[in-house]
Amino acid sequence: MTFANFFRIVATLLVAAIAFPSFAQEAPDALVKRTSGEVLQIVRTDPKVQAGDKQRIREVIETMLLPNFDFERMTALAMGRNWNKATPEQQKLLIEQFRTLLVRTYSGALTQYKDQTIEFKPLRADPAAADVIVRSEVVRSGQAPVQIDYGMTRTPAGWKAYDVIVGGVSLVTNYRDEFNEQIKGGGVDGLIKTLGDKNKGATGKL
Amino acid sequence: MNMRAMMPVLAAVLLSACASAPGRVDDPFEPMNRAMYAINKPIDDHVMRPIAQAYVDYVPKLVRQGVSNVFGNIDDLFSGINGLLQGKTEKAGNDFGRVLVNSWGLGGLVDIATDLGIPKGNEDFGQTFGYWGIPQGPYLFVPLWGPTTVRDGTGSLIRIWYGPVGYISYVPLRNIIYGIGAVDIRANALGTTSLIEEAALDPYTFVRRAYLQRREYMVYDGSPPPEKDD
Repeated sequence: MTFANFFRIVATLLVAAIAFPSFAQEAPDALVKRTSGEVLQIVRTDPKVQAGDKQRIREVIETMLLPNFDFERMTALAMGRNWNKATPEQQKLLIEQFRTLLVRTYSGALTQYKDQTIEFKPLRADPAAADVIVRSEVVRSGQAPVQIDYGMTRTPAGWKAYDVIVGGVSLVTNYRDEFNEQIKGGGVDGLIKTLGDKNKGATGKL
Repeated sequence: MNMRAMMPVLAAVLLSACASAPGRVDDPFEPMNRAMYAINKPIDDHVMRPIAQAYVDYVPKLVRQGVSNVFGNIDDLFSGINGLLQGKTEKAGNDFGRVLVNSWGLGGLVDIATDLGIPKGNEDFGQTFGYWGIPQGPYLFVPLWGPTTVRDGTGSLIRIWYGPVGYISYVPLRNIIYGIGAVDIRANALGTTSLIEEAALDPYTFVRRAYLQRREYMVYDGSPPPEKDD
C-alpha cells in the first residue's frame, strides 16, 4: 500500500465519520419525504414491482421502509396496558409477528399505488422535541386528498416512525382493539398464535 | 342498491338500537351487528364487489370520473348546508361556490372547481350533529350500507330523504340513478376493503374502530382531541 493510497482511505473514513452523524440526525420530515420519494420512484420504474412481483415488493419494503420504523414502540402502543403483562419472550414474538403483518399490509398498499403525488406540510415542531407528527397529503386527480400523518420518535439511530395515521385512522389505535379482543379470548399466547396464523396464510398467498 | 328501499331497513335498525343492551359502550349491539356483518359479507363478495370490479375494469376512467363528479356535486350542496349549520361560513361559501361553478360544467360532470382550487368541505349531517355535541350513540352495521352509528345513520336518512334524486318521479330512472350511485361508492372503496382483509385479525373490529376514528377526525376537521392510551 502506497502512502497516497493509505491517505485516501483515511480521508474517506474521515468524511464518512463526519457525514454519518448528520445523516442520522436528518430531520423527521426530511426523512419521511426522502424515503417515500425513493420508494415511489422504485414503484414507478421497477418493472418487477410494476408486474406485481410480491417477492420484489417485499424486498423493497424490507430494505427501504422498515429500517425507519420503531417496531418495538409500535407493538407496545398497540398492546396498550397489555404490553406489561407479556413476558420478554412474548414481547419479542409479538414484535416479530406484528412486523410481518405490517409488511404484508404495506405490500398490498404499494401494489395499489397508481399515479398519486405526495405533498408534505411544513413541520411545526420544537426542534428539541422527542416526538413529532409529520403531516402529508396524497393528492389523487379528481378525488378528495387523503391525509397521511406519521408519528415519529427520536432514537439514538435517528428518527423512527411508530404510527401511521391515514385519513384520521391511526394504525396503532386500530390494532389496539384487535389485540385487546384476542387477548381477552386467549391471552397473550392466543394473540401470538392468531398473528402467526394470519401471517402463515399470508405467505401462502404471497 | 335502491337507497329509498333501504330507508325502512336503516330506520328499523336505528329504532331497534334505541332499546338499550349491555356490552361495549360504543357497540352495545355487537351480537346483532356481527350477524348483520355476516349477512353482508357473502352479498358483498358475490354481488356488490364483482359488479364494482367490472365497472372499474370495463367503464373508461373518464366516464367513472364524471359519475363521481355528478354525485360529488350533490354532496357539495349538502356539505354547504352542513357548513352553515355549523357556522363554518368560509367552508360553506366554498361548497356553494363549487356547486355554482360545477353545475355550469355539464351538470357537475366536470369538476372545474377543484381545478380552480376551491376545496371540498366534505361536511354532512352526522358531522353537524357531532359538532353540536350529540354523541355517536351505538355503533351499527347495516347490510348493503356498511358501518354507521345512530347519529350518523340518522344524518344519512335526512340526506337521502332530501336528496334531489328522490324528487325524480319516473321510478325506473330514479332506481337506475340510485344503482349507479351505489356502484360508484363501492368502486371507490375497492382498494380500502381489500386492504382491510390484508390487515385485519378480525375485520369486524377493524372496520368498527376505523369507522369511529375516521368520523371523530371528520367532526373535528382533522384535529380530534388525543385518545386515551387504553
